[in-house]
Amino acid sequence: MTGSVVQSVDNVALLPAYLAAGTAVLVLLADLLVARARVTVATAALGAVATAAGAALVGAGDERRTFCVGPDCSYVFGGRAALVAVVVALLTLGVLGLSGPLLRAGRSPVGEYCFLLACSMTGGVVLGAAGDLITLIVAVETLTLPLYVLVGLRRGSLASAEAAVTFFVVSVVATTLTLLGAALLYAVTGGLHLDRIGALLAERPELRDLPLTTVAVALVVLGLAFKVAAVPFHAWAPATYDGAPLPVAAYLSTASKLGGVVALLAVVQRALPADVTGPVLAGLAVLTMTVGNLVALRQRRTVRLLAWSSVAQAGYILAPLGALALASGRADDARSAVYAAAVAYAVFFVVLELAAFAGVVALRPADADGGTVGDLRGAARRHPWRAAGLGLALVGLAGLPPGLAGLFAKVTVVRSLLGGGAGWLAVVVAVNAVIGLAYYLRLTATLWAEPVASVEPAAAGAGGDVGSPAVGSVVRARTVGAVLAVTTAVAVVIGLAPQLLLDVAAR
Amino acid sequence: MRLGEFLLVAVLAVPALGAVAVAAIRPDRVARMVGTVVAALTLLAALPLVADRDGGWFGYGATAPAVRPWHQVDLAWVPGLDLRFHLGVDGISWPLVVLTALLTLLCCGYTLWRVPEGGSGRALVALLLVVEVGILGTFLALDLVLFFVFFEVVLLPMYAVIAFWGGPDRRRAARKFALYTLFGSVLLLVGVYVVVAAAGTADIVALTGGAELSRGTQLAAFTLLALAFAVKSPLWPLHSWLPDAHSQAPTVGSVVLAGVLLKMGTYGLIRVAVGIAPEGARWAAPVLGVLAVAAIVVGSLVCLAQTELKRLIAYSSVGHMGFVLLGVATLTTTGIQAALIGNVAHGVITGLLFFLAGAVKDRTGTGELADLSGLRETAPRLAGLLGFAAVASLGLPGLAGFWGEAFAVVAAVEVGGPLWTTLAVLAAFGGALTAAYFLRLLRRVTHGRPSPVVGRLTPGLAGAELAAWVPLVLLALAVGLVPTLVLGVAEGPVDALVEVLR
Repeated sequence: MTGSVVQSVDNVALLPAYLAAGTAVLVLLADLLVARARVTVATAALGAVATAAGAALVGAGDERRTFCVGPDCSYVFGGRAALVAVVVALLTLGVLGLSGPLLRAGRSPVGEYCFLLACSMTGGVVLGAAGDLITLIVAVETLTLPLYVLVGLRRGSLASAEAAVTFFVVSVVATTLTLLGAALLYAVTGGLHLDRIGALLAERPELRDLPLTTVAVALVVLGLAFKVAAVPFHAWAPATYDGAPLPVAAYLSTASKLGGVVALLAVVQRALPADVTGPVLAGLAVLTMTVGNLVALRQRRTVRLLAWSSVAQAGYILAPLGALALASGRADDARSAVYAAAVAYAVFFVVLELAAFAGVVALRPADADGGTVGDLRGAARRHPWRAAGLGLALVGLAGLPPGLAGLFAKVTVVRSLLGGGAGWLAVVVAVNAVIGLAYYLRLTATLWAEPVASVEPAAAGAGGDVGSPAVGSVVRARTVGAVLAVTTAVAVVIGLAPQLLLDVAAR
Repeated sequence: MRLGEFLLVAVLAVPALGAVAVAAIRPDRVARMVGTVVAALTLLAALPLVADRDGGWFGYGATAPAVRPWHQVDLAWVPGLDLRFHLGVDGISWPLVVLTALLTLLCCGYTLWRVPEGGSGRALVALLLVVEVGILGTFLALDLVLFFVFFEVVLLPMYAVIAFWGGPDRRRAARKFALYTLFGSVLLLVGVYVVVAAAGTADIVALTGGAELSRGTQLAAFTLLALAFAVKSPLWPLHSWLPDAHSQAPTVGSVVLAGVLLKMGTYGLIRVAVGIAPEGARWAAPVLGVLAVAAIVVGSLVCLAQTELKRLIAYSSVGHMGFVLLGVATLTTTGIQAALIGNVAHGVITGLLFFLAGAVKDRTGTGELADLSGLRETAPRLAGLLGFAAVASLGLPGLAGFWGEAFAVVAAVEVGGPLWTTLAVLAAFGGALTAAYFLRLLRRVTHGRPSPVVGRLTPGLAGAELAAWVPLVLLALAVGLVPTLVLGVAEGPVDALVEVLR
């Protein structure tokens, strides 16, 4: 079709995006016309299921490209795009399930909540398929923009509003940086398509030596590092997670983080020179996991602990990319292993993280925030199954059996690093796993500890804007239990048969 | 599927499924009984593995691989991570497998009679069975990555046993145990993939001998692996988790910890570290030897100053494992055989010692040596058994402890040279110190006038206690009198291993 002004559009490739966007529109209509909370949530849930199914179906076939100019395409729906789309859609479904108690409590408008979530899902579904910098940045923004509102969508909660403002300001600055970087890259190469920029920079080494190129690459990478909450661009994450309603925090630390990782992978893998990004990413990874783990050791509030732990986990996700800093890590075999490892770890992580948040939601009173670690003390005596689910997720995040999913996730990272010759980084990852165990173990052991005799302390924390609820009154919503059960089951399955995931991640 | 293969899988599947069943059964006592039956079945599955071994040790020849399992199972699991479900048993692993199954059975049986405070009995039994799965899996794995996975399985259940059923300072001790051990096993993970990345396979059978690995890789791999196993064994100066964990753990926890958990380290050192990186082993042997002797001497000296019963026995493990490591470090047939028999003997005797120490503490409510004396006046049978176990542990000829310690010293002398001769002399001196502190222990606890707490004791022993202790007493005698029980099966595999070390 080159030469023609009219592009042919492959609507099959776009089907998942249509489904996701359609979900958002339908939710809006359902809220407007039917105006029953149940119907609105069901519409959103069905839409998420349809999106996941559509993405899986399209992804099962060959790679499909559309919006092409010559050989360069803006939308490439292949194996990884399908994986990302399916995971994001399922995460949205899971978060919807977790939102039951929050929405029933009536302090968040149901229609808006579901609509924003569906919009964010649309961004995530398109993100994996983005083939040029503009599509990529727009997709990332579509993913995060609704979240600014979602974080602050709890009426009368000061913490929620503060969290939203922090998140908004930081995120907008990050986006500006990425955009500036993209513009400079365009100035240097004259291309916007990821593959084209990659090819140009590879062919013409003199372009790479320009200081402007270095600045552009740095800006793009650092801007996206904000999105994954990599140290030193992480400061927004704990405050935002803790102030946000629990299900939104779950979405932030899973779908939104996955989005950041996918965007970063896309530019690093396809556009930017690995010898420039490699050292930067290695440094980011080391800092991120070390700082995240060390600070998590001192956290007293459950969600803050999970937030810092998820900062540390972002470090493990980035770690395989650090192997690109070495020449042996840039050999073709090692490179593809490294990217596959990062994707696989990210998916292992989001499953376990969603299970952990589901566990916290299931063990906390309806509409409550995460509370302190002490609030969960002895939870296993009252709710053995829910506590077991949370415990399994935490142990998995620590990377130990019986959380085999987490164990194999760590193994994948270490294997790819040693395959790329980055032994030192593997040792750093390993030592960090030990630090991480200390706080995961503390939280897990608390669940089974003897309950304190006194009533739950009234000082549920500064962020706690809930009038101290009775100890036993945890949420009764069946959806939360179901999400916890299904996520745990998924974690167990990919723990026993990780090859399923590794195969998909390598595509 | 042949019988041997079936048994191999059964040895792991029975306790694994048993743990689930025990956790699911409501009445506590019934659950503990089911657990004991499961543990007995596991032992029954482990024992006949020795029969019908194809080839046995006659089959070891110049061209055959250095590891020739009697039976093996090899299934694909996760090709993307070079992980195969590859199990096998040979003369090096079988005695340890049986020891693990036996000690777990005795511990489960013991909980029928007494459940330590801290949680339900069925949870404790279920955790013990999970620990058993991990330990047995480690001994049976013939795939490096699988070995690592099983190595990790043990960690959290053991943590839980200490943290929930342990003594007053259990939380800190359990956390220390978990963090130290995880530190060891993450190094193991890195070491494993250093080997796998260089050799392209994780098959222990193919890797033993180190033919595929360059010298540099072997040195790196051996350093990482040896460090990992040194934490677990534990080798001085990485031992400091052990006294806390052992003295805070409940009786059954201490028995499993000292009896078999530590053996994962020494077994790993022999099978994995030495086997796969012989070049590295030769390079590091002097360092290993010096550290092992330091462990013997330091462990003994610390024991002389201990004032608490369980802590003393715990520290004595540091010394005994020092002898085992000294045997391995010599890299000779005698040395490695001494290490193997020392492993088994230590498991039997220290298991018995912890059972007895637990019995003393349960009865008197204290473990302080200052508050205990005159045990033989009021509880002569308990005192007699304690005396037997202590004498066995200090290495009296005719009892199990003798062979490992004596031949580790002999092996060091055989290697010759100023360094190893000095080490042998120092180790022998450490052996004498061992005798000194055990005799001191006996003098303080069994002799003298009964202290107030001891004075109240009654001489009787419960049937459950006897049932748990008698097999260990008999084994200590049997291994002492007929060491070929262990060495007979181990001779072929050890010769083959030493062959590739040359």
